[in-house]
Amino acid sequence: MANEVCFRTLEYLKQPWELEEYKSRGGYEVLTHILKNKVGPSEVVETMKASGLRGRGGAGFPTGLKWSFISRNAPGQKYVVCNSDEGEPGTFKDRDILRYNPHQLIEGMVIAGYAIGATVGYNYIRGEFWEEYERFEAALEQARAAGFLGDNLLGSGFDFQLHSHLGGGAYVCGEETALLESIEGKKGQPRFKPPFPAHFGLYGRPTIINNTESLSSVPVILKEGGEWFKELGVENSGGSKLFSISGNINNPGVFEVPLGTPFSELFELVGGMKDGRKLKAVIPGGCSSPVIPGEQMMDLTMDYDAIQKAGSMLGSGAIVIIDDQQCMVKMLDRMSYFYHEESCGQCTPCREGTGWLWRVVNRIENGKGRQEDLDLLESVCGKIAGRTVCALGDAAAMPVRGMLKYFQEEFQYHIDHKRCMVGAGPTKGLG
Amino acid sequence: MTDELVTIEVDGRELKAKPGTMLIDVTDAAGINIPRFCYHKKLSVSANCRMCLVEVEKVPKPLPACCTPVNEGMKVSTRSPMALGAQKGTMEFLLINHPLDCPICDQGGECELQDVAVGYGSDVSRYSEAKRVVPQRDIGPLIATDFTRCIHCTRCVRFGAEIAGVRELGATGRGEHMTIGTFVEKSVDSEMSGNVIDLCPVGSLTAKPSRYKARAWELTQHDSVAPHDSVGSNIHVHTRNNRVVRVHPKENESINEIWLSDRDRFSYEGLNSEDRLTQPMVRKNGEWQEVEWQEALEFAVKGLQSAAGSDGDQLATLVSANSTLEELYLAQKLTRGMDSGNIDHRLRQSDFRLDGNDSPVPGLGITIQGIESLDAALLVGSNVRKEQPIIAHRLRKAAKSGAKVSFINPLWIDLHFEADQFVSTPAVMVDNLASIAKAASAKLTGNLAKLVKAAEVSETAKSVAEQLKSANNGVIMLGNQAAAHPDYSLLVVLASAIAEATNTSLSYIPALSNSVGAALAGALPHRGPAASLVEKCGANAQMMQSKPRKAYLLMGAEPGFDFWDPSLINSALDQAECVVALTAYHSESLASCADVMLPIAGFAETSGTLVNAEGTWQSFNGLVKPQGDARPAWKVLRVLGNLLDIDGFDQNSSDDVLEELKSHAAETAIDNSVSTKTAGELNSSTEGLYRIGDVPMYASDALVRRASSLQRTNSAEPAAVRLSANQAKSSDVEEEETLVVVQDGNRAQLPLIIDPRVPDGAVWISSALPGTEKLGGQFGVVTLEKA
Ligand SMILES: Cc1cc2nc3c(=O)[nH]c(=O)nc-3n(C[C@H](O)[C@H](O)[C@H](O)COP(=O)(O)O)c2cc1C
Ligand code: SF4
Ligand code: FES
Repeated sequence: MANEVCFRTLEYLKQPWELEEYKSRGGYEVLTHILKNKVGPSEVVETMKASGLRGRGGAGFPTGLKWSFISRNAPGQKYVVCNSDEGEPGTFKDRDILRYNPHQLIEGMVIAGYAIGATVGYNYIRGEFWEEYERFEAALEQARAAGFLGDNLLGSGFDFQLHSHLGGGAYVCGEETALLESIEGKKGQPRFKPPFPAHFGLYGRPTIINNTESLSSVPVILKEGGEWFKELGVENSGGSKLFSISGNINNPGVFEVPLGTPFSELFELVGGMKDGRKLKAVIPGGCSSPVIPGEQMMDLTMDYDAIQKAGSMLGSGAIVIIDDQQCMVKMLDRMSYFYHEESCGQCTPCREGTGWLWRVVNRIENGKGRQEDLDLLESVCGKIAGRTVCALGDAAAMPVRGMLKYFQEEFQYHIDHKRCMVGAGPTKGLG
Repeated sequence: MTDELVTIEVDGRELKAKPGTMLIDVTDAAGINIPRFCYHKKLSVSANCRMCLVEVEKVPKPLPACCTPVNEGMKVSTRSPMALGAQKGTMEFLLINHPLDCPICDQGGECELQDVAVGYGSDVSRYSEAKRVVPQRDIGPLIATDFTRCIHCTRCVRFGAEIAGVRELGATGRGEHMTIGTFVEKSVDSEMSGNVIDLCPVGSLTAKPSRYKARAWELTQHDSVAPHDSVGSNIHVHTRNNRVVRVHPKENESINEIWLSDRDRFSYEGLNSEDRLTQPMVRKNGEWQEVEWQEALEFAVKGLQSAAGSDGDQLATLVSANSTLEELYLAQKLTRGMDSGNIDHRLRQSDFRLDGNDSPVPGLGITIQGIESLDAALLVGSNVRKEQPIIAHRLRKAAKSGAKVSFINPLWIDLHFEADQFVSTPAVMVDNLASIAKAASAKLTGNLAKLVKAAEVSETAKSVAEQLKSANNGVIMLGNQAAAHPDYSLLVVLASAIAEATNTSLSYIPALSNSVGAALAGALPHRGPAASLVEKCGANAQMMQSKPRKAYLLMGAEPGFDFWDPSLINSALDQAECVVALTAYHSESLASCADVMLPIAGFAETSGTLVNAEGTWQSFNGLVKPQGDARPAWKVLRVLGNLLDIDGFDQNSSDDVLEELKSHAAETAIDNSVSTKTAGELNSSTEGLYRIGDVPMYASDALVRRASSLQRTNSAEPAAVRLSANQAKSSDVEEEETLVVVQDGNRAQLPLIIDPRVPDGAVWISSALPGTEKLGGQFGVVTLEKA
């Protein structure tokens, strides 16, 4: 029951990124069917709604619902934008889609354009993904030559141009409105919402923006039907999902499994811990999601509701497995530095607060912590979370709160003994 | 959107508002204070400071009032524990990296951060890390920067993009490294740049000229009116110990909104120039001597009487249109009282052939605010952006909302909005306008009918005519360089006929702060107070110079710098028997030709009235004592009137003078009608190299010429000869070479600059700058020689 959606071509093909191979596994059949038979756009949107697909970029917003916010017949240019910025630490699934299944993403984007009446699309690719960018460009060329992109697709009268756009290497540009600003050639800074992209998107026009995995799922959903997709998963979490799994495990990588799969099964899939280490904790949905102790994780299933009930988030599906030799203070030092460095700087709580958080954590890590620092961290988190322009502020606060919730003793140990509770003693932090 | 209002509740108070209005605008209108930094009513919403967070019922997080639209039934608390907690949280973040150097900060006492911190800050800091420091940046002589104090509200950045129309300041860097600056090391040069000083809520951007001169609480604030261009921007003059320390804009939505041009903001520095004339001076046996007022006045009266006492026509009065209404009125009264009709304020005009048929009170003809709702405008001979920055700002708003704006000019100008520019030598400007007249089927007679008939209708002419015709609200505006054009009369009649044919209106952009007032006061040879035609026409400014008189009375004008043709006025004054100058400055230019210099009060030192471009009368008080022994000019004129035994000089205050003028002119409105359809022959020619002599922004009058900080800006460029690369080649001269300019036998040595803004066949040599004070007319044929 694995590899049915985004990875459906992987095990059958040698070079699944080539157009001909993709077609040999049914690629572009759905698009062809839709265009030839003039399937109603609203039918497409309805199927997407029925599938229960929730955005795979992190927020988990229902994709079909998002599409339905755009009125296909509204006059003027509309856009489809794909978010392949993949900046969330621990996440590396969209990279595999770009590498191994770029045509499925293209097919999904054309269908999305058809559904909302957009004739232009952009795929915004993370700045460091140079090879993936080249591969995607090659796929675009093939699709254009085959008539799947361009004017009057397959004689249907529907036009769709698709371009890729390489980012500049800023995490914040993965935030959808910062991404739009960046495509427009401006500084990558999130816009305040509302208005949402569906009303005021790229160049001020109605736009849907979805994650690479969300859009790549579209052709399969339309082929097999919304119900089929929904049934793959569990209540409130339709479909299967790519999980990027990393840590000191035997077999790290990206795995497509149905939502609702128990974590313990996934843990087995990756071959358990390396070098006899023990599972200590898991970050279930990318760095921005709060950490969960290992034993608790072992009882959880990997779906939106279960993880949320446990106080964290499924997020982008990036599972970071932490073993017993890792110092949580050092880990948080790393993570806090990341948010401090990646804050766009426009809004006060994030610009000032992320730096403050990191400096305090870094101080603790370096044996200069004070007793009041633990309360201070909690209080600063409280002044950032929910008060910023975009969710980066929340993303910076959540891991701190998670670590303090479950691993406060390691922080206390650092303050008291000026060294790590686990591992080899004080380590040089960043900065 | 419907007109129906929604009802919301804020802190228990019921408020009505249009749906979709931002909450902060609703609370502001109701007088409910929500703290804010990034929000500014004249700028777009950026919602980045997060100071305005409030609690909205049923919303789990605090919401920013500046970007939360109101809707029916919304319940808001601005001071609930959640709201206050959020506001205090933001305040703490804003302060952790702020230097808190209030005691040495010029903003201290009028700082938004300081004010809000009093209400929302805490008295101890929980931040014990090192604070951020941003290296110093020099962005020019007007604005002092200290970006360590910056709170990243981006008001200055948005000002550049949205109001000034030039992105001079920007935010570079991410996160904590985000800093405001110019993208490459350069100065900020917009003609409106100083407004960022007012917008900046902290001491990150402060006024350099007044830095460290006073603490805010030591200053006294007075209302006044800016004395340069014809906008009459409303200002607050801040004084301390009888000195003007700085000038700020005063809000007046119908005139300058909340903005001020740099010239209006920083020119006050010229008040305290070392050049100020502080004691009356007379020339005895060729030597200048300081004397008491009594002696100086008697000397002046004796001189005037002996030169022009028996023949009024020997008296010529030339006055600056930056003088007050009261001064101009008394000057014409005195002149006419001496049986002379020779008075004129049009010192930068050379073509007076239309006098008598001219517009009685030339002005905008629309309101300044009304410019925003124009849908088409053709500007002839105007560098409006530098000459009347606020009018340009209003035009920019019109252009941004779709108005078609075109220019017929002798130079390419730098604009901050989209417009078509038709640039040619001065003579061809007339043809271009004639071409539009033809395309618009304008009705003309005589000479101009012939000219129009001969004109070729270009595509551009057609499109401009079309734009004007299809406009609901269009104007043809004549600017400073039209007024100085040797064929001004032709331009006016053509423009007026085009306006008639296209159903648009003729508009003048007056050059100086009281150009309109000068017409109302009767400072014209052919029109008395209220612009009524006089029976016996006097000599106009040109005739007063080309046919020298024995006696001259000058007010507020410097011969080398305020006249169309400095060489002509100089030679006229040299030949005179008696030259009496009312002046605030002891200038070389006056000292070499005057016989008496009477020190008069400058800007902010006298009461008076200015009438702006739209015809609004604006009176102000004297705010500081005139320097030294200087006296308000209206008083000097009054005493001169008495001593000359002229009737009607017994006013006791400038108000009395104003009342007297009002009895004639209170009801006189702007009147742009032109009562002819033809004009004389073309004066300008395409033969030879033709000079274009504009008046640079910071050379427009005696006060601004002495404003030292403005004079150090990049906009205050020294005199030069400017040619297009083509023209330089055919004139066989090279960049940076020093050239001798020869005009009507006068010579000046100036460096050559290659400048693509100059059309071939023309040479751009600005007037009113040192180095050009001996040259001829602003327009005319010149030759270039190698030095
Ligand atoms: C700081 C920040 C970074 C983000 N980075 C990404 C990213 O790299 N990729 C992504 O798909 N979504 C990212 N998102 C989420 C997007 O804003 C957006 O929700 C998503 O692209 C929507 O697509 P979906 O509905 O298909 O998930 C980020 C959000 C934030 C606040
Ligand atoms: S939360 Fe951070 S990244 Fe997001 S807008 Fe604010 S400063 Fe920029
Ligand atoms: S005033 Fe609302 S966020 Fe700055």
